[in-house]
Amino acid sequence: MTLLQGLAVLLLCQSAGEALARLAHLPLPGPVLGMLLLGGALAWAPLREPVRTAAEGLLQHLSLLFVPVGVGVMTHMALLSEFGGRIALALVLSTWVGLAVSALVLRATLKGPATPANQDA
Amino acid sequence: MRDFVQLWVYLSATPLFGLTATLVTYVLAQMLYQRVGQAPWANPVLWTVLALAALLSLSGTPYPTYFSGAQFIHFLLGPAVVALAWPMWQRRAQLRQQGLALLAAGLAGGVAAGGSAVAIGWALGLPGEVLRSLAPKSVTAPVAMGIAEQLGGIPALAAVFAVLTGLVGAVSGKYLFDGLRIAAWPVRGFALGTASHGIGAARALQVHPDAGAYAGLALGLQVVLASLLMPLVLRLLHLF
Repeated sequence: MTLLQGLAVLLLCQSAGEALARLAHLPLPGPVLGMLLLGGALAWAPLREPVRTAAEGLLQHLSLLFVPVGVGVMTHMALLSEFGGRIALALVLSTWVGLAVSALVLRATLKGPATPANQDA
Repeated sequence: MRDFVQLWVYLSATPLFGLTATLVTYVLAQMLYQRVGQAPWANPVLWTVLALAALLSLSGTPYPTYFSGAQFIHFLLGPAVVALAWPMWQRRAQLRQQGLALLAAGLAGGVAAGGSAVAIGWALGLPGEVLRSLAPKSVTAPVAMGIAEQLGGIPALAAVFAVLTGLVGAVSGKYLFDGLRIAAWPVRGFALGTASHGIGAARALQVHPDAGAYAGLALGLQVVLASLLMPLVLRLLHLF
């Protein structure tokens, strides 16, 4: 029951986010607005246990949710056979650049005295 | 044999097929991943996608037929993005304290990833619509599709690029961080969430809870930053 309540809250937030994005012509996608709305709504304590149950269940299997889109790679075989090598090079190098830049910037900025807990391991 | 063929023709056209094939293949890939001690190369999304693409190609099943079943799993991406509010809310005290550092790292990493993808692609002579589909690749797939559409790219291609980007990060991130001597779990997780969104975050969650929480946070931050900055990028594109 807690799981269903939590899922209901997530779907309500997503619906409210979709409605808000369309009515107010906001540049944010509905689920993102829903995430921000839920962040505010969690101030109300009775929501926390149901949301925790549903969120942990969903996020634990997050990678499964990308499979249907990933299989879509097969519909772009023509494009990929023509540009595949160059696309792969651009994807791999830019991902490494993104990983390295965000990690190095965060390590440099977190080195302040206020966060000793993050210096270990 | 003829009965079997008829049965296959019937079953492969129902939504049941796409849903069952996705779940069964993923469960098997997950078991293999556990068996080899969660080695990065055994990434369950990678092998599930490859196995399913091979299965569909060999059996001659069109992607839309598969997706009519798999869409039930795909739909959950929306609620999953909403659910990211939970790990963030749990760490709200830390976030308030480290907010500026995280914002700076998320912004720098996101711009570096998207910008270098377009720059490298442009230097290699990729066509414009492919470049436009590459730009939002470090944002989680459903959001990347929307952004690519606004930019004039191909949404389905952008989603595939996003998934491939996630896989690159999940498979190679460990070696890159070890090479750069980045040991702190929050930093490794945050970088994975920034540059390879949900698939990187899923990997981070499996490796260490701190890494997972910061990856979820980074993924959410990328989505918000990309959604807010995209109108600006659009305006810049119109200048050229």
